[in-house]
Amino acid sequence: MKVLIPKSKANKGAVGKTGLWRTSKPVVNHDKCIKCVICWSFCPENTIFRFEDNSVGIDYEYCKGCGVCANECPVNAIEMVED
Amino acid sequence: MSIIEEKKTGSNLKNLKVVTANEAVALAVKCARVDVVGAYPISPQTSIMEYLTKYVETENLPIEIIRVESEHSAMAVAMGAAAVGARAFTATASQGLLYMAEMVYWVAGSRLPVVMAIASRAMGAPWILGNEHTDIMLPREWGWIVLFPEDNQEVFDTIIQAYRIADKTLIPVIVGLDGFIMSHTTMPISIPDQSIIDSFIPKNTPKPYALNTENPFTHGNAVSSNLYMEFRYDIFRTIEEAEDLVDQVDREWYELTGRTYGGTIQEYMLDDAEVAIIVMGASSGDAKQAAMNVRQKYNIKAGVIRLRSIRPFPVKRLSRIASRLKCIGVLDRNMSPGLAGMIATEVKFALYELENRPIIQAYIGGLGGKDIKIEDFENIYLELHEMMQGKRKVEKVRWVGLDLSAVEAYFEEV
Amino acid sequence: MTSIKQLPYEEYLLAGNGSCPGCGLTIGLRNVLKAVGKDVYMVVPASCSSVIQSPFPNSSVTVPLLNTPFAAAAAAASGMVRALRVMGKDSVVMVWAGDGGTFDIGLATVSGAAERNEDILYICYDNEAYMNTGGHRSGATPLGTFTGTTPTGKKENKKNVPLIMAAHKVPYIATASIAFVTDLYDKILKAKNIKGFRYIQIFSPCTPGWLLPTEKSVESAKLAVQTGIYPLFEIENGVFKISAPSKAYLKKEKRKPLQDYFKIQGRFKNLKEEQVKMIEQWIDEMNEEYANLDGKKII
Repeated sequence: MKVLIPKSKANKGAVGKTGLWRTSKPVVNHDKCIKCVICWSFCPENTIFRFEDNSVGIDYEYCKGCGVCANECPVNAIEMVED
Repeated sequence: MSIIEEKKTGSNLKNLKVVTANEAVALAVKCARVDVVGAYPISPQTSIMEYLTKYVETENLPIEIIRVESEHSAMAVAMGAAAVGARAFTATASQGLLYMAEMVYWVAGSRLPVVMAIASRAMGAPWILGNEHTDIMLPREWGWIVLFPEDNQEVFDTIIQAYRIADKTLIPVIVGLDGFIMSHTTMPISIPDQSIIDSFIPKNTPKPYALNTENPFTHGNAVSSNLYMEFRYDIFRTIEEAEDLVDQVDREWYELTGRTYGGTIQEYMLDDAEVAIIVMGASSGDAKQAAMNVRQKYNIKAGVIRLRSIRPFPVKRLSRIASRLKCIGVLDRNMSPGLAGMIATEVKFALYELENRPIIQAYIGGLGGKDIKIEDFENIYLELHEMMQGKRKVEKVRWVGLDLSAVEAYFEEV
Repeated sequence: MTSIKQLPYEEYLLAGNGSCPGCGLTIGLRNVLKAVGKDVYMVVPASCSSVIQSPFPNSSVTVPLLNTPFAAAAAAASGMVRALRVMGKDSVVMVWAGDGGTFDIGLATVSGAAERNEDILYICYDNEAYMNTGGHRSGATPLGTFTGTTPTGKKENKKNVPLIMAAHKVPYIATASIAFVTDLYDKILKAKNIKGFRYIQIFSPCTPGWLLPTEKSVESAKLAVQTGIYPLFEIENGVFKISAPSKAYLKKEKRKPLQDYFKIQGRFKNLKEEQVKMIEQWIDEMNEEYANLDGKKII
């Protein structure tokens, strides 16, 4: 017998491209960045890439533009700019 | 009844035990190799948990009994265990079922093969301990298969059958039993060899619903309005199709043990019957005796339709049986306020399209443990016989044993 | 103590989920799962997290997860962990519940599981109200807070569930904050390896519910510790210990002004002077009590 079980598999973008929710976007100034990865640790959405050398990048496809990263950056290396 | 049938088939009456229906449940849970039990006391179910804890602690069985803080949690325990593929059980009654209701509904939607026993009992207010069937009728809308055996042997056998049905459908199964009348009354039961039970309800069946870390998934997350109805339909369809499965599983059990209960309906003296009573549970014995009596005393061709499966409601079987009858009385030991009993309303729906539909009279009686005697059933047969002959009008519902004069003095103006 | 750079790269909460911008609880969940790892079963009662998982047939969580009704999580987790142990599996069973599901409707169930000392890692992410219903007061809501059901401010103080848990003598209890991720991470790491019932309550700001600008969720959580309104501590085998991020703020003179915390949140906009005084008194008494308990075996 085949039955319908309410189970779901993990997928990135499960509710869609959440980058579309954004009104402003974080832009990293890599000259100022001290590679502390504080922004990465606080990102609510898991949309900050942390690379091997602890530099960071933004996943704009899904970043909701909350601004926590810019607010918490200790050296103001992230700026929120209109999207 | 079942012991007699077993003799007829010639199988051995081995491993006989004289037990209450509650102990029969506990023995069946042990024999089913249940892994986790959620336990919370409420009369008249409580001794199921007493027996189980005694077996586990004196025989050192690998069953985890979790003595929780509420019925809601008892079902949650069963759910959590079943969700990782364990075999789970709990039991309740009456108020406990009402308190548990949210979880009962959720487990069905989760498609987890939990089995629960309900020792049926009326519900307050006012406080009442007596037996009736309103509690057992409620979960018929909650996505469970609901079976209702007649005696202690059948209770044991039906718990085992329930796990087979649940594993095959991913619909959880309730096994009801009449509180006090059966839960606290001893009868001899025969316990099959463990190897028979193990082969009947193997534990290594496919478990696509079982959470695991190797192939992780999310169970029971939100669904859009566009898809919810499809999930509900699948529960509807599965239970509808289970009408045949309940019959089939009972036949398979017969092959192994020599005991059968008719699947969804047990038919009694229906071959030549013109009038019949639809009844459930322990009262069926009195109905059967009354059928025999009115055949002898009044030459009324009477029979009994013992409804063993509330869900699936056996529309196909009942239609076949009813097409041969002239008049059916439905004795509900429950009520749907202002309407009738719940079984009667379902019987009328099920038989409405039948050509040569029999007359159907709804009866309500036995609420809160009020006695229904053999004479009451005889009287119902006489009334049905008069309706069949056109000498008595059918009423929306007739009450059996109602005596308002006993409370007349206590009515107050509002 | 783990440093931020030592936090694992692995992610178990995927991007593109249903959380609000600036969500506090997802900061918590991300870092909790980094500490717990993939050998875990999550049990989630009705809460914001029911939505954040995203709808069928997709999910945003990569570990096995069971959804339960509101009051059922600790009991479902009890059944699950006993079943796993019977089956010979040693995985962590972790409840991830909100404050409504923990402080209020689920409290009897949490208490039952704690009394039985079930082998459960119970995590309450505390956003101080029923946020998934649209922001309604719970037992975790502080005095004076505006919510949908306290339009002139809540009349009662926050319930102290960690100390209720302490009365159950469970092996590990902690409060933590999404603003101090390494402290949080270390507490989870420690709790993961303790057998029995572990209770961790994580302060998790809610940007829409607190009428808080989305970028300020971490900032407000930091201020909650620095103003002494949400002290972080552990109770390990009955011994109370103030956590490093809160150590300095036990003393009143070291605390930041409460107004710094209130003024960035719309939920405190209409606080009256007498309400502020009552909150201040509550904070003073709580910190005094905790300073007295610090380092002592309290249960």
